[in-house]
Amino acid sequence: MANKPLDIILAEDDEDDRFFFKEAIEKVKIKTDLTMVNDGVELMEYLKNPENGKPHVVFLDLNMPRKGGIECLEEIRANKEYNDVTIVIYSTSASDNDIEETFVKGANIYIRKPNDFKILQKVISEVLSINWQYHTSGLNKEHFVLSI
Amino acid sequence: MYFFIVLVTLNTIEIMKLYVKYDIHYAVNVIIREKLTELGLEFELGGLGEIEILNEISETKLLQLTSYLNHYGIDIVDNLKSTLVQKTKDVIREMIYKEEGLPTSKISSYIAEKVNRSYGYLHNLFAENTYTSIGNYIIMQKIERAKQLIMEGDLTLTEISYKLSYSSVAHLSYQFKKTTGLTPSSFQRIIKRRRGEIETAPGKEIITNLASTNASNNK
Repeated sequence: MANKPLDIILAEDDEDDRFFFKEAIEKVKIKTDLTMVNDGVELMEYLKNPENGKPHVVFLDLNMPRKGGIECLEEIRANKEYNDVTIVIYSTSASDNDIEETFVKGANIYIRKPNDFKILQKVISEVLSINWQYHTSGLNKEHFVLSI
Repeated sequence: MYFFIVLVTLNTIEIMKLYVKYDIHYAVNVIIREKLTELGLEFELGGLGEIEILNEISETKLLQLTSYLNHYGIDIVDNLKSTLVQKTKDVIREMIYKEEGLPTSKISSYIAEKVNRSYGYLHNLFAENTYTSIGNYIIMQKIERAKQLIMEGDLTLTEISYKLSYSSVAHLSYQFKKTTGLTPSSFQRIIKRRRGEIETAPGKEIITNLASTNASNNK
């Protein structure tokens, strides 16, 4: 378990954000396998394709064309099969109410997109480490909420 | 298959010499596969001598497997380390989930004594194998326990902080917020709303309700 990479999907329409995310995640100690999709429609198609395994973690941008992060979140959480997939909202919008709504809808983690690359790297590293602890220590995912 | 057996029989003398050619990797893999299957274990073999056991393995079976493989000169190397890490985690969990609260002695000596290794050694081993430190792991487990107690709703925050050895409610609330990004009462509200136990959006009177029962500070 310790040596298997974490399967991660990032749904993000902004090319620069995708680039920085990829750079940051490559610098994290935990081994990862990153797949990137451009919007919510692509994400749902990817998840529905039985050839692709179930990811461990899905990072969702809230504002995407065609299908946004909230819609994806609701669709994923409506499917019990994806109960133990960690959903991370990765967005610039950050009113406390917005954040709470995503948690109530089943998100586990809310990241306010940092502007600084170093901070981004630190945040991703922290998120993956915590996810790893939940995964390996059999912690109660129902109580897994983190705003960072 | 890499096995070739060359028979050299000499008619007049009754000596037979055999020469074998083998692929050590292949041979070891076959032995491991056979022994694991014999024990009824499901597994995946990774490269570099890594075996992933997919079903639960009991202590006896693990010992059996160890002795089976030892017979062929194959040692299970990584197991001792991961067992110690697991043992450390178990001690921490047990310590936090005890009914009578956390031990009064220093936590580092408590763990060292229970696992029967020096704390310095465990500290390094833990860091190498878990992407976190013992200290952070303890905090995380304490907050998980606090979450559980909050959701059970039988204790006030003051009682919870006492049970988990926090010097005050403020200290617990601070560490809760630092660990989860949320206050205890917003955490409670979120989980309740998620379960459909309450429907009120944040900013409504329900918050004062929760805050008073839990004696916590909201936002």
